[in-house]
Amino acid sequence: MSGHTLDVRGLLCPMPVIHTQNRVKELTPGARLQILCTDPGAVIDIPVWCRINGHKVLETDEQQSLISILIEVGSEE
Amino acid sequence: MSDTGRRKAVALISGGLDSMLAAKLMMEQGVHVEGINFFTGFCVEGHTHSIRRKDQQRPRRNNALWVAEQLGIKLHIIDVSADYKDVVLNPKHGYGANLNPCLDCKGFMVGRAYAWMQEHGFDFIVTGEVIGQRPKSQRRDTMPVVARDSGAGDRLLRPLCAQRLPETLPEREGWVDRSRLRDITGRSRKEQMRLAGDYGIEDYSQPAGGCCFLTDANYSAKLADLWQARRRRDYELDDIMLLKVGRHLRPRPHFKLIIAREEGENNFLEGYRHQFTHLRPISHNGPLTLVDGSADEDDLTLAARLAARFSQGRGADQVQVSVTEKGGASRTVAVAPMPSEEIPSAWYI
Repeated sequence: MSGHTLDVRGLLCPMPVIHTQNRVKELTPGARLQILCTDPGAVIDIPVWCRINGHKVLETDEQQSLISILIEVGSEE
Repeated sequence: MSDTGRRKAVALISGGLDSMLAAKLMMEQGVHVEGINFFTGFCVEGHTHSIRRKDQQRPRRNNALWVAEQLGIKLHIIDVSADYKDVVLNPKHGYGANLNPCLDCKGFMVGRAYAWMQEHGFDFIVTGEVIGQRPKSQRRDTMPVVARDSGAGDRLLRPLCAQRLPETLPEREGWVDRSRLRDITGRSRKEQMRLAGDYGIEDYSQPAGGCCFLTDANYSAKLADLWQARRRRDYELDDIMLLKVGRHLRPRPHFKLIIAREEGENNFLEGYRHQFTHLRPISHNGPLTLVDGSADEDDLTLAARLAARFSQGRGADQVQVSVTEKGGASRTVAVAPMPSEEIPSAWYI
């Protein structure tokens, strides 16, 4: 399984979602993308974006101010 | 047209009720709808709520995404902040009450949606506009201007007030049934709230001051001050982000101070401190202060006295303040906090 990382630490809503959206467009279905961010709103927004666009959130981890969200690209893009 | 023969519409989704209802009216008629949302840099949603601690009591959701999920549609969020600069700096239809170029803004957004529509094989564009709802951009006489300026022409459908407007292509072609569209006008929200009730929509965002910082008098004053101080009408994204945060004081024409008002803003400004000369009280708790502009020794002493004023040492004889020049070198100065009554109100931007 291919793994990719997107570092959007320091960016505020909606930029983490926009960067995620743009990166996912470059990936193939089944690819995994780990998103590193610091905006607490991303914990809500990225999963919503994934749900409405057919992607899957596999894991969310919050360590102090660092948030890591692992997603799997769906087939609808 | 979609693979299933359904017509496809792209709906401008702001996160508010009107665009949600407009999309819903289309879906009800069997149209395939996807949402589009534009990030201009001036959006009240998002950034500000992420920054200020008091705002974190509110739901932190992005309302456009939330609306899309409620509707069960895809949402495409597009960063237009670079191209949007020309709309703010050179609005051909002028500004509203503040630095809000509402009519140009609407034309720009519909134009971008029109380009997206063509690129992705969609048939028409839907907005939640209502005749008479906004003093500049949503009037009977300006609605054709938006359709013309954007290039969308009669592929732009406003379902909430369509029955009061000339027929558009989707209506003429029978892609949508005009008799099932609406005839809402004016600033009252009663009809929209009734329609929301019919659809069982109970939770929706109602931004009191609009969704754009440029409609805010205080924000516009800060932007105008920025242009005046730099002697040019221009901005970078960081500039307009910083205008949303902190107290802004301009004690001298060649520099201003940005002083955090609370912990969330302090954390946000921390991310910018390396780009600015900055001050921090060290003998007492106090906010981070950024110096925007060029400040000499006397200016920095004045800045330190102001920074001390907003620290917990404001009543002390002396406060020690760390001054870090842009580029690295730090020193400590001891200053008397400036009494509130000595700070001219004209310094507050």
